[in-house]
Amino acid sequence: MTKPSLAVWKFASCDGCQLSILDCEDELLAIAGAVDIANFPEASREVKPGPYTVSLVEGSITTPHDRERIQEVRAQSGVLVAIGACATAGGIQALRNFSDVKGFTDAVYASPQYISTLETSTAISDHVKVDFELHGCPIDKYQLIRVLTDLLQGRTPLLPSESVCLDCKRAGVVCVMVTKGEPCLGPVTHTGCNALCPSYNRACFGCFGPKNTPNTTALADRCTENLGLEDEQMIRLFRTFNAGAPAFRTESERYENQNH
Amino acid sequence: MQVYRFEADALNALIATLRERGYKVIAPTPMDGAVVLGEITDAGQLPRGYCDEQEKGVYRLKKTDRDAFFDFNVGPRSPKRYLFPTNHVLWRSRQENGRLEIYSESDDEKPFAFLGIRPCEMKAVAVQDRVLSKGPFADRIYSNRRQKALFIPVDCTRAGKTCFCTSMGGGPEATEGYHLALTEVIDENRHFFLARPGEENSVNLLECMQAVPATAEEIKQGRDLIEKTAACMGREVNTAGVAEMLAEYRDHPHWEEIGKRCMNCTNCTMVCPTCFCFEVEDHNDLTGQNTERTRQWDSCFNLSFTYQHGGSVRHTNKARYRQWLTHKFSAWHDQFGESGCVGCGRCITWCPVGIDVTEEIQMFQEKTS
Ligand code: SF4
Ligand code: SF4
Ligand code: SF4
Ligand code: SF4
Repeated sequence: MTKPSLAVWKFASCDGCQLSILDCEDELLAIAGAVDIANFPEASREVKPGPYTVSLVEGSITTPHDRERIQEVRAQSGVLVAIGACATAGGIQALRNFSDVKGFTDAVYASPQYISTLETSTAISDHVKVDFELHGCPIDKYQLIRVLTDLLQGRTPLLPSESVCLDCKRAGVVCVMVTKGEPCLGPVTHTGCNALCPSYNRACFGCFGPKNTPNTTALADRCTENLGLEDEQMIRLFRTFNAGAPAFRTESERYENQNH
Repeated sequence: MQVYRFEADALNALIATLRERGYKVIAPTPMDGAVVLGEITDAGQLPRGYCDEQEKGVYRLKKTDRDAFFDFNVGPRSPKRYLFPTNHVLWRSRQENGRLEIYSESDDEKPFAFLGIRPCEMKAVAVQDRVLSKGPFADRIYSNRRQKALFIPVDCTRAGKTCFCTSMGGGPEATEGYHLALTEVIDENRHFFLARPGEENSVNLLECMQAVPATAEEIKQGRDLIEKTAACMGREVNTAGVAEMLAEYRDHPHWEEIGKRCMNCTNCTMVCPTCFCFEVEDHNDLTGQNTERTRQWDSCFNLSFTYQHGGSVRHTNKARYRQWLTHKFSAWHDQFGESGCVGCGRCITWCPVGIDVTEEIQMFQEKTS
C-alpha cells in the first residue's frame, strides 16, 4: 500500500503555522513515517506532483491570482484542511476589510499601478469547500498531529469548539477577568491553546477565533458596563487576528456603528 | 465530645506529621491573586494575613492587618479537583502482531489530606459521594481517592458576600465526614485553634500539636465566632418550593432573558464543587498501534454535551442555562434526594459576567407568584 501524501500550501500569511509542523520535533519522524511529504517547499526542495491525499492550506485570499490558485489546490486535494487564523478567518490582514485598500496602496507604494490586490482578505472556505478547519494564530502543533492522526485513521477529526474558559478551569488557572477585571475573550473564543495566555496571567486575545454559539454581546456589555472599556477599545478587542470571523466582525461593527 | 485547643504555630507540626504519614497535604494557598487549593509542605504557604472580597463576577485578594491563617472564603478550586481529576487516562491499548492488548491504568496518586477546606466543601464531598461512590455504578477513581483521604476542615469565622450555605441546609461549622474539625480564634492577646476529633478517631493527630482540652471560655469564643458568621451570609435563597417551581416553569420567558446574558462559557459548572459531568475520548498515535481512553471534566453548557446524530439537543443558551439551574435546584432532588447546591457562591463569583443563581431564583419567585 502506498503511503498517503501530504502537501502544504501557502497563501497570504506569515508562515508561522507551517513552521508549527517543523516544530513537531519529537513527532516529525513519526509524521514522515506515516505520510509521504510530497509538497512542502518550506521543508524540502523536492516537489512531487499531485493529487495529494491531504492538503494543509495556510493563509488567506488577498489577490486575484490566489483566488485562482486555491481552486487548483482544491482540485488536487483529497482532504483540504485550512490551518490558522488567516486561512479560517482572513487573519490580521482582514483589517483591510474595514478600510480603503486603494488609499493604502496609493500611500504605501511608489508605483501603485503594479499592485494587484483584492479589496478584502478572506478565508479559504469563502472560495472552496474546506473539509476541516484548524484554528489559532499560530495553530497548536498537538492539535495538528491529532487531526493528521484522525485523517490517517479515516476518522472525522474531532476537536472541541467550546470556550477557552473550559480548558482554563480544567488547568486550574485563576481567572484574570474576575480577579483583575481584564477584558478576556476566553468566554467567546474557541479552545485549543490550553488557555495559554491566562496561564501567563494575561487575558485571552481570541487568536483561535469565535467558539461555537459565541455570545459576544454579553461579553462586550460586561466590558463596557463593568470593566470601563470605551467603544474604541471594544473595536480593537474584537479586531485582531480574527477580525474577519463573522461573530467578531459583527460585534466590532456594532461598536463602530454605535449600534449597541 | 471533648474539644481540644492548640497554639496557632503548631500547624507546622500537623503538616509535617501528615506528610510523614504519607499524605499529600492539600490546603489553601495564595496564587495569582486568589486563594486556591494546592499542595503545601509548610504552614508558611497558607494564606496568612490575606482576605478576599467577592461579588458577582469579581474576586479581589487583599492583605489584612490580622495574622489569621483562615480569614478568607472559598476560592475557585475545590476538593473535586483532587478526588475527581480533571483529566485522567482510563486505559491504554496496543496492537501487536494482529493482537490487541489492553492495559488498565492504575491510579498511583498518594492519599490526600485536605487541610483548611470549608464546611460547605465537606458538604459538597458528601453530595459527590452520593453521585460517584454510592449505588451500583461507583466510580473507581473517585471512590478510591475518597476512601484514602483525610479531612481537616476549618470552620468559617467570616462569611463572603456570595456565600449562602445557611440557606442550603449547611452552615459555617463542619458537621459531617471530618477527621478533625478546627476553629481559628484570634484576638489581641491570643491565636489558637479549637479542634473537634471526628467519628473516625483522629485524636492521635492532636499529639503532634501538643493539644490540650479546651476551657469552657475558649469553646465559647469559638462558638460566638461561628454564630456571628452564620448571621451575616452575603446572600440568601428561600428554597421553599424552588424545586417544583423550576420544574413547572420550564417555558417561562425569564429563561430567554438569562440566555441573553449567559455566554455558555462553562465557568460556573467547572467551579461548582458538586458538578460531576465528564466526557470520554479515545486517541491514538500516528502509527495507529497505540490508543488511550481519557476522561475529562465536561459541562452541560457545552454544545457537544447533548450532541446526538444530527445535532445538539440543547443548542440555545437558554436551554443550557435552564439545564444547569434546574439540575442543581430541582432535578438533583429527584435523582439523589437532596439539592445539588451547597451555597458556596463560587458560580456567582466566577461567572465572568456575574450571573447570580440566587438572584435568578428570586426573579422566578417574583415572576411566578
Ligand atoms: S481567564 Fe479568561 S479564559 Fe480563563 S476563565 Fe477567565 S475569562 Fe475564561
Ligand atoms: S450551584 Fe453555585 S453556589 Fe451552589 S454549590 Fe454549585 S457553585 Fe456553589
Ligand atoms: S449542572 Fe450540568 S455539569 Fe453540573 S452536574 Fe448538572 S448536568 Fe452536569
Ligand atoms: S452562567 Fe456565567 S459562568 Fe455560567 S456559563 Fe453562563 S456566563 Fe458562563
